[in-house]
Amino acid sequence: MLTNKDRIFTNLYGFQGWDLAAARKRGVWDGTAALIQKGRDWVIEEMKASGLRGRGGAGFPTGMKWSFMPKPSEKPHYLLVNADESEPGTCKDRDILRYDPHRLIEGSLIAAFAIHAHTVYIYIRGEFYDEASNVQKAIDEAYAAGLIGKNAAGSGWDCDIYLHRGAGAYICGEESALMNSIEGKKGQPRNKPPFPASFGLYGCPTTINNTETIASVPEILRRGAAWFTSFGRPKNAGTKLFCISGHVNQPCNVEEEMSIPLKELIEKHAKGVRGGWDNVLAIIPGGSSTPVLPKEICETVLMDFDALREVRSGLGTAGVIVMDKSTDIIYAIARLSRFYMHESCGQCTPCREGTGWLWRVMQRMVTGNATVEEIDALLDITKEIEGHTICALGDAAAWPVQGLIRHFKPVMIERIEQYRKQAKAA
Amino acid sequence: MPKLTIDGHEVEVAPGTSLLQACAQLGIEVPHFCYHDKLSVAGCCRMCLVEVEKMPKPVASCAMPCGEGMVVRTDSPVARRAHHSVMEMLLINHPLDCPICDQGGECDLQDQAVAYGFDRGRYAEAKRAVQDKELGPLVKTVMTRCIHCSRCVRFVDEICGTPELGLIHRGEHTEVSTYVNKPLTTELSGNLIDICPVGALTNKPAAFTARSWEFTKTDSVDVFDAVGCNIIVESRGDAVMRILPRKNDAINEEWINDKSRFALDGLTRQRLDRPYVRRNGKLQPATWEEAFAAIADTLNRTDPNRIAALAGDMADCESLYALKNLMWRLGSPHMDCRQDGADYDVSTRAAYVMNSGIEGIEESDAILLIGTNPRHEATLVNARIRKTWLKRGCKVGLIGTPVDLGTPYELVGETPTALLDAAHPFMDFLRHAKKPMIILGAGALARADGAALHRVARDLAEKIGAVREDWNGFNVLQLAASRVGGLDLGFLPQEGGVGTRGICSGKMKAVWLLGADEIDMTTLGDAFVIYQGTHGDKGAHRADVILPSAAYTEKTGIYVNTEGRPQRAERAVPPPGDAREDWKILRAFSETMGQTLPFDTIEQLRAQMVEETPVLGLMNERPAAPWASFGKEGSLSATPFTPVIPNFYMTDPISRASVTMAKCTEEIGGQNRNKAA
Repeated sequence: MLTNKDRIFTNLYGFQGWDLAAARKRGVWDGTAALIQKGRDWVIEEMKASGLRGRGGAGFPTGMKWSFMPKPSEKPHYLLVNADESEPGTCKDRDILRYDPHRLIEGSLIAAFAIHAHTVYIYIRGEFYDEASNVQKAIDEAYAAGLIGKNAAGSGWDCDIYLHRGAGAYICGEESALMNSIEGKKGQPRNKPPFPASFGLYGCPTTINNTETIASVPEILRRGAAWFTSFGRPKNAGTKLFCISGHVNQPCNVEEEMSIPLKELIEKHAKGVRGGWDNVLAIIPGGSSTPVLPKEICETVLMDFDALREVRSGLGTAGVIVMDKSTDIIYAIARLSRFYMHESCGQCTPCREGTGWLWRVMQRMVTGNATVEEIDALLDITKEIEGHTICALGDAAAWPVQGLIRHFKPVMIERIEQYRKQAKAA
Repeated sequence: MPKLTIDGHEVEVAPGTSLLQACAQLGIEVPHFCYHDKLSVAGCCRMCLVEVEKMPKPVASCAMPCGEGMVVRTDSPVARRAHHSVMEMLLINHPLDCPICDQGGECDLQDQAVAYGFDRGRYAEAKRAVQDKELGPLVKTVMTRCIHCSRCVRFVDEICGTPELGLIHRGEHTEVSTYVNKPLTTELSGNLIDICPVGALTNKPAAFTARSWEFTKTDSVDVFDAVGCNIIVESRGDAVMRILPRKNDAINEEWINDKSRFALDGLTRQRLDRPYVRRNGKLQPATWEEAFAAIADTLNRTDPNRIAALAGDMADCESLYALKNLMWRLGSPHMDCRQDGADYDVSTRAAYVMNSGIEGIEESDAILLIGTNPRHEATLVNARIRKTWLKRGCKVGLIGTPVDLGTPYELVGETPTALLDAAHPFMDFLRHAKKPMIILGAGALARADGAALHRVARDLAEKIGAVREDWNGFNVLQLAASRVGGLDLGFLPQEGGVGTRGICSGKMKAVWLLGADEIDMTTLGDAFVIYQGTHGDKGAHRADVILPSAAYTEKTGIYVNTEGRPQRAERAVPPPGDAREDWKILRAFSETMGQTLPFDTIEQLRAQMVEETPVLGLMNERPAAPWASFGKEGSLSATPFTPVIPNFYMTDPISRASVTMAKCTEEIGGQNRNKAA
């Protein structure tokens, strides 16, 4: 179990103040200029060595992402911080934004320096009103204290930070849709290539990172890559915020070591599953888009990118949704299908048409008004969507249904047979 | 030059070529809907997915640039699976109404469903229905058929410069719509029908009239303006059913304007289908012999010096040549092909054509428009200006009435005197431009100070370096399809003759109008008027003898466009009733007068015409006009320019007879619309 001294997010629960003075007491803004003065190459090498993988879901190594940025030219470089946290089951960024905004701002400055950016946009989810308000106040404080702006924190680097509020669309958390949204366009993902590092915001080189990723950066640099890699398994290093929700006795956000067993995570921090561990039906390990896992797998699986991938799910944003045996698992997944249908941007065909199709068939699966063959057809439809869309929303819509069919097909068949029996009786 | 392998074939392509374009170069068909080579890439239909080695997922070939050493498969199981998947997704909410859909037979979705679709549907749920949108009198919508490829949205944004369409809502509720059912105002809206790959946007006036496979297609040339857009006339039996653009990258690319496309119903209304002779003040039907006899009777009694001829805006070169020849034989020096009364110096060809060519616009970095609204006067030239602005960011300046061109421009002034304002920042920019261009509207040249304007513009062109060995940016934008041909043929006052202003002064005893309707008929006084034309328009009402002739779809003829490019239109349908081709009428009449014109076939006529005017023989070419000294001295007036075309939809006898154009005038509003706010 992670000890308090090794936590990055020491004000995750808001027990202390979020303002600059309180943040400084926690060690935020401590020696920022010195870190920057060690140079760009040192920062990027240290980030690479720390093995920090992006906390937004895809898990791309952060240091490597930064190293993709081209050399400075007449075009400005941009850093975008993705604070459009909207994944069902995930609420980790929210607590950083409202309780520890300075950690994010400090990280933004260092990251901006590392990628030659003088401008940072923090794109925050529209519904996060109080959070946006705190972040804005923190930015104002930082400006007033000379921590950002010209010669930020005395580091010699100029860095402006702007907060941009979204209008509450899930898809705007997709990096290229986020860029379109900032540009004032409809929030629709762009085709890749070109990748943001070469042609991003306003056509300029852009790096986009998750809030948690950026907020982790200063502490990693302060304590060193070796400290960070001492947690978790190789290639899955570090500490991570886990969001535990659903049928647990104490839903919570908690910072833990990567690669902690799922069972241990729930038992230790969420005070166990409602009705005891044996009451578990299934767990979604990484936010709504990752496939659901049945109890047998949850017994032993480790919470990191590679372990969850081996069991054909994913760490995603580490939003653990626990479902006990009272859950109608088909209905639960159907609800997610409806979410993805509602949040599809409608730009590309498989997602626009397919998410609605999924939801409609899933609705019939809930009542059992379907045929057993349709379960296979449903799986086939998810495969038709997966990998054929511009962005990952199509995949995200397909995976939960795939997980359901993979692990709970007997339940679906039983539901269909039950429906038939009732229909016959009636 | 990246080298890659597609389906086992190696190919080397230019940098920046997309996979889809590379496949097209190899003749490999990749299905697609949203991709269109004249529009930006959306990559949203996902139909063009192909498999690329070492890439985890199939990629959209339209949006993926070719890379060195790529190995691409368009027919692998992965690619085929992707095509099937996307096709199934497209069809689940697409209505099965092909039997009543006007797109049937020329529908991309239909064709590709045959090639890439399943043989049955698996979708058992309710289909989506979408409320139709009202886009005005030209484009019919059946929005349930829409596959959201966004071609229409990109077309109005990029080509027209009137961002009136957009995708509203999201997910499966996405719809293409205008802002609260506002009709489209672009003059290029008909092209939406062509670019829509399904039956969502179809031809409203032609709804439910014919199937695409029933048509006979004839290559022709548009005559509603001087651009000379290439068109295909589609006919069934004796009726012109549809007019479509024909691809010509030098002129119209693959677009035509709405008048060219939709005024065709004017070809069957108000038509003159038999000769008329005025007896006792009333026009009465007559035979050709009676009509010719009546004319011959008058002309024989008239002093040749009081006989004149005026040619209209849609006359082909052959009829102009025949009429000029006839007037010469009758001994009359009075003729003019400029019924607008323009009197500028046309002694050299460079003085009245678009010297840079329409394609040349794309090379220019600074364009000054003088006294013209190209959006109405030459829609496709305007589209080319917009394309250049979009692609290269050329600067556009306007001296004239402020209008919405769809392209941002700087208003330099509203009167001709602004031409002399060398201190204006735009003029300064023009002087320092690499390839400056002046586009002088022919409407402005018809003003009283037109001749002086012509001269000043010429001087300006030389001063700003628009005329060089490698570049000639002095352009006159003509308005009429017949104009450059008429000037080339010298259908102008001969020695001792007078032009339009002289003819329209009441002094002539007999006037031959070759489709000339745009003059004030009262200025002809008590002259004996012979009207040779197609429609019962202004000229026919004034006429003493009417000779019915063939419209542009009913004859073969050469037209020279504003670039000076001769093009030949072919005959698609026969003329109605007793109407005949113009040159034949003139040839037959010359016999009645005992002055037989020396040709019996159109080939003979053309051979003679080309011998006298060799430039007309350079079919589809744009011969460079040598620069020479031209222009008449004069002073510029301070009267502001006025719009030359008050109503885009009604400019000539055909469009005035068209019900569709009348609807456009009413609903979209031809009068003084799209003024700058």
